[in-house]
Amino acid sequence: MRYLPLSDHDRRDMLAAVGAKSIDDLFTDVPEAARLKGTIPGLPDHASELAVERHMGALARKNMVAGDVPFFLGAGAYRHHIPASVDHIIQRGEFLTSYTPYQPEIAQGTLQALFEFQTQVARLYGCEVANASMYDGSTACWEAIAMAARVTRRKKAILSGGLHPHYVSTARTMAKFTGDVLETALPELSAETDLARLATAIDGETSAVVVQYPDILGRIEDLSDLAAKCHAAGALLIAVVTEPVALGACRAPGEMGADIVVGEGQAIGVGLNFGGPYVGLFATREKYVRQMPGRLAGETVDAAGKRGFVLTLSTREQHIRREKATSNICTNAGLCALAFSVHMTLLGEKGLRQLAAVNHAKAVAAAERLARVPGVTLVNESFFNEFTLKLSKEARPAVRALADAGVLGGVSLGRLYPGEAALANGLIVAVTETVTDEDVEAFATTLEGVLA
Amino acid sequence: MTINRSGWRPETSAASNDDAGATFTGNRALMLEEPLLFEIGDTRTTGVDFDLPSPLAGEGQPARSDGRVKETSSVTSPHPNPSPAEGRGASRLGGLDRNKEIGLAGLTEPQTVRHYTRLSRQNYAIDLGLFPLGSCTMKHNPRLNEKVARMPGFADVHPLQPVDTVQGALGVINELAVWLIELTGMYGVAMTPKAGAHGELCGILCIKAALEARGEDRKVILVPESAHGTNPATAAFAGFSIENIPANADGRVDLDALKARLGPDVAGVMITNPNTCGLFERDMKAISDAVHAAGGYVYCDGANFNAIVGRVRPGDLGIDAMHINLHKTFSTPHGGGGPGAGPVVLSEALAPYGPLPFTERYADGHITLVEEETVGDRHPDSFGRMSAFHGQMGMFTRALAYILSHGADGLKQVAEDAVLNANYVLRSLEGVLDAPFGASGPCMHEALFSDKGFAGGLSTLDLAKGLIDEGFHPMTMYFPLVVHGAMLIEPTETEGKAALDQFIGAVRSVAQRAKAGDGRLKAAPVFAPRRRLDETLAARRPVLVYKEPVQAAAE
Repeated sequence: MRYLPLSDHDRRDMLAAVGAKSIDDLFTDVPEAARLKGTIPGLPDHASELAVERHMGALARKNMVAGDVPFFLGAGAYRHHIPASVDHIIQRGEFLTSYTPYQPEIAQGTLQALFEFQTQVARLYGCEVANASMYDGSTACWEAIAMAARVTRRKKAILSGGLHPHYVSTARTMAKFTGDVLETALPELSAETDLARLATAIDGETSAVVVQYPDILGRIEDLSDLAAKCHAAGALLIAVVTEPVALGACRAPGEMGADIVVGEGQAIGVGLNFGGPYVGLFATREKYVRQMPGRLAGETVDAAGKRGFVLTLSTREQHIRREKATSNICTNAGLCALAFSVHMTLLGEKGLRQLAAVNHAKAVAAAERLARVPGVTLVNESFFNEFTLKLSKEARPAVRALADAGVLGGVSLGRLYPGEAALANGLIVAVTETVTDEDVEAFATTLEGVLA
Repeated sequence: MTINRSGWRPETSAASNDDAGATFTGNRALMLEEPLLFEIGDTRTTGVDFDLPSPLAGEGQPARSDGRVKETSSVTSPHPNPSPAEGRGASRLGGLDRNKEIGLAGLTEPQTVRHYTRLSRQNYAIDLGLFPLGSCTMKHNPRLNEKVARMPGFADVHPLQPVDTVQGALGVINELAVWLIELTGMYGVAMTPKAGAHGELCGILCIKAALEARGEDRKVILVPESAHGTNPATAAFAGFSIENIPANADGRVDLDALKARLGPDVAGVMITNPNTCGLFERDMKAISDAVHAAGGYVYCDGANFNAIVGRVRPGDLGIDAMHINLHKTFSTPHGGGGPGAGPVVLSEALAPYGPLPFTERYADGHITLVEEETVGDRHPDSFGRMSAFHGQMGMFTRALAYILSHGADGLKQVAEDAVLNANYVLRSLEGVLDAPFGASGPCMHEALFSDKGFAGGLSTLDLAKGLIDEGFHPMTMYFPLVVHGAMLIEPTETEGKAALDQFIGAVRSVAQRAKAGDGRLKAAPVFAPRRRLDETLAARRPVLVYKEPVQAAAE
């Protein structure tokens, strides 16, 4: 048992030291009926490191790897190149194997990194403050809706049809149990977003309007008017960003008047990982800080007058407030937040803007090339690195046929919105810096064959 | 009071604990100070480079990670070489281009590695020594788990790829699900919750959904005094009101008091077993039976599953839902506060209500992902999604590698060694520290002590900070709340006897100083990268983001 340092000799000595004849003497509180005799039947015994590696490798090889094929999937998870030093740093034992920094004198590394992360997120989002991360974008989105309800003392949120459907269903699940009211809508396969419609739907009961930027179909629209209308009605504007790289090219939601900006940070530093673990970003105005969920790192001084960092305002949190906490969330996504922060540090302002420019240029070129495929129409007027195509056939089987031909060609709206005939021909295509011109060409020609 | 913004000011205070005095840099040999990123980086510096968007003519195809050259279709396209004018540089951002500086400081690659490496050295970690945090199960994190999670077949796979292209990833989820069901003796498992508290929420929502399906509106969840704070927070979040169940003098739930409170308004109990005093709830089955008889459900906080894994199945104790912290029992790294993973095992009564998505395996080995589009009539009562995508895949691969390494026999040994180590600590220290439940029999995976007998003015906090100077992370302090000045020590099974003996010696030494009234403990730690930090100041005047110092002329 390579992870267990006690020898049989140690075990005997220690049993004697605690006055037990056998290990069973230490489990006497477990009723006889619940005590298992031997090991659980049907489960294999221990395996060597090599055997486990082999087993896991065999499972890994059954998957089509994004990096091995022309790859165009986005819809809330994006494939970007991650510099090698990011993974090196997050694998340092001092970061990997440390705990939540409740003992700040010996956790300054984690605390300072979180403080830097909070600053990066707040600036990227155009907000005043940010927390130390949440589970992921979808849970951060729900927490924002719940926070808006606390701030406004109203319980009706209006969700844009452009909000990622998984985020909508996550919120719907929670609202069902908390009694919040959600007005939801489906997106339309058109260049127009539903911001104008949302503005007219705001009333005196509205706690928040939730919009995605860029939205699920990749469309981008100025949020300023909607923000003004929210504020006039005493409601908050929540903006959701699933692709943070977009903010290297596009104006930040906070600048346009969004009160809470949340989103997914996975695109920077974290990788695809089949959907998790990811990292939720959460930023807002300073005046709402005591209503904000999640952990916060804050600056202070130590007894010798040196600057240091601590977890702060924890009176909002469950381990202090118990049933009166702002959220039941206990953990954050510390290591993913660190990966985000390291990658963002490597990028810096200059690198992020370059990365965004490369993404946008490649996406524009790809959109033009794909729009020339017979049976394909580009839906978007505006987009960053993700756009939606309308195909002459249903997109779901087309995506499968593309995969059979060795191309991972986007996410079909049929998968995200099952049973919605009006959306069935929609295909969301993401184009990042990892995509080559050959990839685009392979996609276009294969798609042409699939649609013929 | 002003905050020292320079961060690395040479230390001149009398608190200096040696005669070396201040250094020019403020560093002390390998104790290195590190400024904030924003103080050393700027918006013109970057540590990355990019290929130009336009490929060079005749450029060879890039080799892929597996060494194969990617095949592309041989169909001739109408535009094999789009001209640079075609779309390159034309903005489609809808007029929303960034027009202001963001303020993101960058560092070069060498600076970045150094910045974070220097920061890392100010952290205590399991890799450095024993981490005795009760309730947290800080065990060794095997590096094999890290290796498998980084296999491209797991790390470089998108959650929305066609299901046929991710059979191996779904295979991991399915295989881990089977292990969790078998190890707990339960009926089903919800794999998607992202952490322990998220798992609690999942279980409580299942209970709420089950009650709704029965047409009942029960409002109360009973929670023992010794519960983790997440338990009442979770139940409150789901709209329940919380009532406490008292404990007996031996640190266990008072069964009679519980029975007396049960009734038609009680939705269920949230109980932790083994409990947060480190004791097994002997009456667990009786508690479950009583709750079920009164029409309620039993939620078990599985934070302490490490003590019984492979030896006791919660399913045999009548539990309806229990989250499993993969980052505790199954050794996925804590990472300085996440990410965790909290799959929830469910009884037959609750399984129909579990969240989407989940996997189903067919006889031919094919695995489907049951999500919105396929749920149809197969899982009509699911309460819906708890988050985007399919859960914490990266944690599943790590946990599965860990479980396969130990196997059924090894996991049983894990529980036995964890319990043996905790009892060894309990019996070695009960002479010097008060062990309130020491006479209640053996403890499980953690040993609980109180501050009884400390000299006036000295507290659990002082002992904990004294342990930092001895080179250990302190134990859990002031939890559970049922004991005054609680100290909860969980050594885990990955500590050897020599490490335990050293730790016991250190605790004994510091405890003797606390009892003898050694006032120097008030100043501890003195050897850590920082002295005690002013948490009151941090909360009173929150500084949560860096702001560039204003170069005021008046200064």
